Amino acid sequence: MSLANTQVHFRDKQIQMAHGAGGEASRRLVEGLFEPAFSNPQLSALSDAAVLDLISNRVAISTDCFVVRPLRFPGGSIGELAVNGTVNDLAVSGATPAALTVTFILEAGLDSDVLRQEVLAMAEAARRANVPIVAGDTKVVEHGKADGMYISTTGLGPVDARSELNPQRVQPGDQVIFSGPIGAHGITIMIARHDVELEADIQSDTRPLLSLVGALIEQVGRDVRWMRDATRGGVATVLNELARDTKLVVELIEESIPVDDAVRGACELLGLDPLHVANEGQFVAIVSNEKASQAVDALRRVPGGEQACIVGQIGEGRVPRVVAKAAYGGTRIVDTLIGDPLPRIC
Amino acid sequence: MCLAIPAQVSELLDDQQRFAMVDIMGVRCRANIELLIDDPPNLGDWVLIHVGFAMSKISAEYAEEQLELLRLLGETVEVMDDMTTENPHPDAPRPTSPRGGEGDHPNANGESRERSAPGATQ
Amino acid sequence: MKYVDEFRDAALITKTLAEIRKVADGQRNYRIMEVCGGHTHSIFRFGLKDLLPVNVELIHGPGCPVCVLPMGRIDDGLELANDPSVIFTAFGDMMRVPGSKGSPLESKARGADVRIVYSPLDALKIAQENPDRKVVFFAIGFETTAPSTALTLMRAKELAVDNFAVFCNHITIAPAIQAILDDPEMKLDAFIGPGHVSTVIGCRPYEFIARDYHCPIAVAGFEPVDILEAMVMVLRQLRSGEAKVETQYKRVVPWDGNPAALRVMAEVFEERPHFEWRGLGSIPRSALAIRSEFGAWDAERTMSIPGVQIADPDGAQCGEVLRGLLKPHECRLFGKECNPERPIGALMVSSEGACAAHYKYGRREEDLVTLQ
Repeated sequence: MSLANTQVHFRDKQIQMAHGAGGEASRRLVEGLFEPAFSNPQLSALSDAAVLDLISNRVAISTDCFVVRPLRFPGGSIGELAVNGTVNDLAVSGATPAALTVTFILEAGLDSDVLRQEVLAMAEAARRANVPIVAGDTKVVEHGKADGMYISTTGLGPVDARSELNPQRVQPGDQVIFSGPIGAHGITIMIARHDVELEADIQSDTRPLLSLVGALIEQVGRDVRWMRDATRGGVATVLNELARDTKLVVELIEESIPVDDAVRGACELLGLDPLHVANEGQFVAIVSNEKASQAVDALRRVPGGEQACIVGQIGEGRVPRVVAKAAYGGTRIVDTLIGDPLPRIC
Repeated sequence: MCLAIPAQVSELLDDQQRFAMVDIMGVRCRANIELLIDDPPNLGDWVLIHVGFAMSKISAEYAEEQLELLRLLGETVEVMDDMTTENPHPDAPRPTSPRGGEGDHPNANGESRERSAPGATQ
Repeated sequence: MKYVDEFRDAALITKTLAEIRKVADGQRNYRIMEVCGGHTHSIFRFGLKDLLPVNVELIHGPGCPVCVLPMGRIDDGLELANDPSVIFTAFGDMMRVPGSKGSPLESKARGADVRIVYSPLDALKIAQENPDRKVVFFAIGFETTAPSTALTLMRAKELAVDNFAVFCNHITIAPAIQAILDDPEMKLDAFIGPGHVSTVIGCRPYEFIARDYHCPIAVAGFEPVDILEAMVMVLRQLRSGEAKVETQYKRVVPWDGNPAALRVMAEVFEERPHFEWRGLGSIPRSALAIRSEFGAWDAERTMSIPGVQIADPDGAQCGEVLRGLLKPHECRLFGKECNPERPIGALMVSSEGACAAHYKYGRREEDLVTLQ
């Protein structure tokens, strides 16, 4: 990252409308910041499109856009999210990212240092995920719009032949696995936005999931039926999608759901359910019953996967839904979140 | 109206006993403690927090007493009598308030002074 | 979490449930009302209803301050929010509650400056930080929350924060319970009393329930063990034919309430002669208004509030559900026109609302079979 830093030579103090207009100012931005930061042959070619050599007949492609306030928060920033988010969408589809594109919508008047920081954060995140950023575009909108910046990324990559991920392969008896404790990102953002005045040692869990997913597929291959990274709306939302797609019931074990103490404390204080709180570095995997323990062991051997665990299983029922059962027999339905989780006092 | 969370007082923030830092599983927030002005909390006390205000102190003794009674449920008839706050077992120790005050704890059933005959239930 | 996890302990829950089965007379049906919306939420969140014996029925009461607020009062608040010079603040609970022209969040999407606060003091802080805007705090809640609003108003006066105002919708619980008891259509055997309201008002205000209506009541905490233990207490009373006020929540509730909280409430608030409750009609002396000594911070005195009365939407049976006459799924709109994504009534939006709780946590095929 420091190498890219010294090669970055964009000196304009602020972003102005001209930087998005395609002329001289745009050229300064691309050649002075994006190109040295993202530094790869395709980007340096600076043509209208990046040409990739991909030898595969199964390629996954995914896109995501990032509207985050504040731009920086404990554990990460919008730039990191933008790279990790799309990398993770590809990862849980069984793909290895081969290339990313990025588009920026920047607010006129944005301090260049802020942009520089995010671009370098993206470069670092891309380096960590071993994926080049090969193409991009920038537009600048009037001051007062775009909250500083909005970022969109698209990524593609070949799908691992050992994986066969399809919700239709999910069957009763399969086990539900979480890669780790949930709820950290959403709570971090709430605190960072001063929606609530709390202090806590909580930070965003944003990270690329490639090594974890890779270890899982390596270990159990086709026995992973389905994976999803649990971002906005929390694990409850992706599990409800699964239930709807498969017409099966997801049965969670209340006591098995992993939540760090501080996240739990914040959720209890605010009346939030960790199952509904956003994550940026956790995924859900459905693995066959026979291979579930091996799957968890494989995840736990990877740095960052130490808290992977089985949290429940797939069952059958008249109505597809997600339920959580407690040890004393109490059962509750876990619904999809409507809107964003709001703190409550009642 | 009812979301209130037990939190531990970790710092008293001013001399007028208006604010304190409270801790819930490592999450810290600033709570107003003026509603407890008649018996202000000390460091380490547990209080109930609602919308950023401490509403009440939590009595460790009463909590433990309740849990103990519940643990013994189903074991003896006398224990079930003890669950009735109005008629504590004559031999049961009277818990003291966090202040160690004398007489009946302010949280006990107010009618305990006029004890009626032990419940003829069960 | 201390003082929480112990009261969610599986073994204790199991034991207390067994005790309920032991104490409940198999030859009769019991209808027990949990007054407080927080209890409704807990009952559903912990799946307690399904674990009770079939002859013990829990009826959800009107103790949800969001649910019982008439639509007109929400409209009034949003009128204030629509003023561009106003910053409208409220608890998160209010944000999706529908008025006749939309919810606070929808107003925000249309450009109103609507902000969630966790504490009324946060609203006061916003006022101090934005001296050129008027900050309105939409105050809701029973006696649990009223002292916090009172202290905030006292602070506003002390610091002379002139651009702060409270739109006061605080209500009191005892008159609502009385209205339920006086309702000839309601047949109830006992009450689970509101634990956190009682930290302020104590247990004495419920004495009329036992004395005048011969109805047992046990004031309960909010964890599963608390609610179940309170049920054991009232079932034991019913079994022995007695009726008295008991407290299960001794670790937190002082029998005589919190004198400091009662003092600040008395200093800042006075009783309204009557107040409109959704579903319960007009109840005398059931709500609080801001005293004239704090009039400069009373939105109803200093700002222009329409004061419109809006009837509940057609077909909505919020009133009957609030009074416990209907179960949520028995409302003709439940789950169809009225659901959490497109709520028609506040009971489907508020986290304490019986309809929301039932929809989110308790929807079962078996619900379609009516209890005998």
